[in-house]
Amino acid sequence: MKISPFWIITVLILIGGYLFAEWAENQFLFFAGYVVLQSLIMAVAWNILGGFTGYVNFGSAGFFAVGAYTAIALHQFLEAPLIVLIIIAGVVCGLIGLGTGYLTLRLRGVYFAIATLAMAIVFESLITNWEYVGGSTGAYVITPTEVAFFDSYIEMLFVLMLFLALVSVAVSRYLSISRIGQGLAAIRDDETAAECMGVPTLRLKLISTTVMGAMMGVCGAPFPFFVTYINPLSAFDLLIAVNSIAMPMIGGTAVWFGPVIGALLLGTIQQIITVTVSSELNILIVGVVLVLFVALAPRGIVGLVQDVMKKRRGK
Amino acid sequence: MTGRVLEVTDLTKRFGGFVALDTVNLHVNENERFGLIGPNGSGKTTMINCVSGALFNNEGTVVFEGEDITRMPAFKRAQLGIARSFQIPKPFKSMSVLENLRVPLEYAAWGRTGHRHIDEQAMEILELIGFADRAHDNSAGLTQVDMRKLELARALAAKPKLLVSDEAMAGLSSAEVDEILDILFKLNERGVAVIMIEHIMRAVMRFCERIVVLDAGKKIAEGLPDEIVRNPDVERAYLGE
Repeated sequence: MKISPFWIITVLILIGGYLFAEWAENQFLFFAGYVVLQSLIMAVAWNILGGFTGYVNFGSAGFFAVGAYTAIALHQFLEAPLIVLIIIAGVVCGLIGLGTGYLTLRLRGVYFAIATLAMAIVFESLITNWEYVGGSTGAYVITPTEVAFFDSYIEMLFVLMLFLALVSVAVSRYLSISRIGQGLAAIRDDETAAECMGVPTLRLKLISTTVMGAMMGVCGAPFPFFVTYINPLSAFDLLIAVNSIAMPMIGGTAVWFGPVIGALLLGTIQQIITVTVSSELNILIVGVVLVLFVALAPRGIVGLVQDVMKKRRGK
Repeated sequence: MTGRVLEVTDLTKRFGGFVALDTVNLHVNENERFGLIGPNGSGKTTMINCVSGALFNNEGTVVFEGEDITRMPAFKRAQLGIARSFQIPKPFKSMSVLENLRVPLEYAAWGRTGHRHIDEQAMEILELIGFADRAHDNSAGLTQVDMRKLELARALAAKPKLLVSDEAMAGLSSAEVDEILDILFKLNERGVAVIMIEHIMRAVMRFCERIVVLDAGKKIAEGLPDEIVRNPDVERAYLGE
């Protein structure tokens, strides 16, 4: 059987990540890496619905926070291990995603985007008023000081996040290059025509929203263990929502590796600026870069590269 | 036995209080070239929306190849073998011409034809309608007549038994109309029944074996093309008293 280079690279990155965690001394690298990988998963997840399917939405932070708070609630209630929390958070957010999918029956374009934003706000008010998970004062999580196979908890979280990111990219790549991807692209271009060409539009949209939701939930679940203190304000952070839209837009929304490029680039720049200049400048940078790309290169970095290659071939 | 590919019985469609189609009966035979004409607003497009599944009728039944499809969603009808082209072309703009054809080949025709050689099948269709040289062009940059051709090519890629061509020739020049007609004839030779909705009477007269005329949501005439042009009711519907 032929193994595609994609899988070889994926496994190599994972092994490389683990070895890096074993050898690297500077703990900051893990914190920074975790944040970049977190936004990478969010970007990939957003792009499945926003990029492939063409349903732009502002609800990312909502899914992320619900994932985080599902983990908190279960942690309080069951003391379940992290991996169980991640799976359950994925299921819960997947179901919310499925519900969002039914919204697409009646809402399109701007209306859908605003509905998802409203949904995130509804979740925020619910959680702010739910005392069990800390309400507006927030909740603390005490993480164990020792973990098997790793030198510290943050190293474990970093490798875990790397694994989740690779899985997300693999899922997104599968959706994009398979028959499903062709159907999603048809929906994005013209839903009526797609339906008349035999594409089961509702079913594909439900797959798209469910996978998107589950991925964001999975991404949110380890967050409380990463920051050890979480409140609704930090979980529903505007920057999370903005990043998950900006990164695919900057990388290129039409292909699976677009959001990966966007997230690695923008995420790394953000981390560097946070350290060297100030963390407040982050949002400004994201905003300016996003505006520039939307105005000058709407197909993102991938689109720019494709245009350049086309011109070269033409000559 | 040459049976009926489509049978519409007592079909009524209302939009609020407005009756767009009022107990209309019609049928299309296998491999027939069928014309559906009528003045603007007579309900032609509503009729084909009910046939293709874009709209659901309020009363009456739609039967395709002996199967009642009245409540069936559009994508399933496409999978059974009903294809349509749109009055205003709706290409998948981010895709090339060839990729546009992949969509119906991978969905509408998927269960009925081989899963292999999708690209070869698509090229075959493009060659049939003389469009192969445009295969890798971006579909958003096509001219009007080429977009109409793409509409038909894409409908053909769905491997239909019934094709509904909704004003595929509106706004085209006389030579272009002939090009489109040739494509429709070729399709028909391959065993596809065609419902032609058209205002260009020259094309309708040349193409259709049987015609049904709608006016204000009612069927006012049915017959051979020659009979239809001599029918006083049809003349009244188009020209007034």
